[in-house]
Amino acid sequence: MHIPDGYLGPATSGVFYAVMIPLWMAASRIVKKTLNARQVPLLAIGAAFSFVIMMFNIPIPGGSTGHAVGGVLVAILLGPWAAMIAITVALVIQALLFGDGGITALGANCFNMAVVIPFVGVGTYRLIAGGAPLESKRRVIAAGLAGYIGLNAAAILAGVEFGLQPVLSQSAAGQALYCPYGFRIAVPAMAGEHLLIFGWVEALVTALVIKYMQKQAPELLGKEVRS
Amino acid sequence: MKNTKKLWMGLGLLILLSPLGLILPDHFKAGSAWGEWGTDELQSRVGYVPQGLQKLGEFWKAPLPDYAFKGWEDKGLARLSTAYVFSGIVGAALVVLLAWLLGRALARKNE
Repeated sequence: MHIPDGYLGPATSGVFYAVMIPLWMAASRIVKKTLNARQVPLLAIGAAFSFVIMMFNIPIPGGSTGHAVGGVLVAILLGPWAAMIAITVALVIQALLFGDGGITALGANCFNMAVVIPFVGVGTYRLIAGGAPLESKRRVIAAGLAGYIGLNAAAILAGVEFGLQPVLSQSAAGQALYCPYGFRIAVPAMAGEHLLIFGWVEALVTALVIKYMQKQAPELLGKEVRS
Repeated sequence: MKNTKKLWMGLGLLILLSPLGLILPDHFKAGSAWGEWGTDELQSRVGYVPQGLQKLGEFWKAPLPDYAFKGWEDKGLARLSTAYVFSGIVGAALVVLLAWLLGRALARKNE
């Protein structure tokens, strides 16, 4: 889901940077109020966890690869705004140091993975978990489904961003200038592999860690309610 | 939180296991993620390299491309796995540092 440089045209890249700048500003304003000094290590661990979990490429035999993002997990533990900051940090290091995701595409990648995943994820988690006790099985299932839905929402949006490119710009000869695949190929491709496989990996990662946290640190699970 | 030590250890363990993300795709003959192909692969997929993509694609030269050292593409899985773990350590360390500094700058000082 890390869109490389060149797959999105300047218009799309620019729009997503323009959208991200106020969101990053809002995130720092909100996190200033909600993040406790004692939570700083958890923010760092959450960001690093997301970075590392994205290194675990899952193969589709003979096909493509994909990975979990861990974004819903971070959002459940720290709230979606802090998760936005944590995942943005991971994406910036990935792009700058490892060429994983483009610099021009960073705004779009941050919107997909650092905004859509945490907010759709936490929304789903709250909806399904309801007022269930922090230690309940229902919260584990809610976390898993939130992971599944959050990752898929981001993947489908990335598919739309890819698919938009041939519509927006073509050379005089009718060739694509950026991503060559339109909606009809890009959206089903991105949606299909995430709905079938990678979404479930995100679900499993989210549910397992939440289950672990219920035993080890249940006090962390109430956090998303307050932010 | 009293259990961050366990979480740090878990993170370290994940970094050591990260070459699985390299070895498994190789074993199952899986290629790039969808939409993350290099120009050679695009050429063979669609028959041309989109002009704008070619130009913008050269926008940034990452120091550790694809979590490996430059020119290590054909070094074999053992060495690539070493480079992968090295990348994981360096990357995670920088992510921790940056997130920590941001967190410190933003967080409420009291409590």
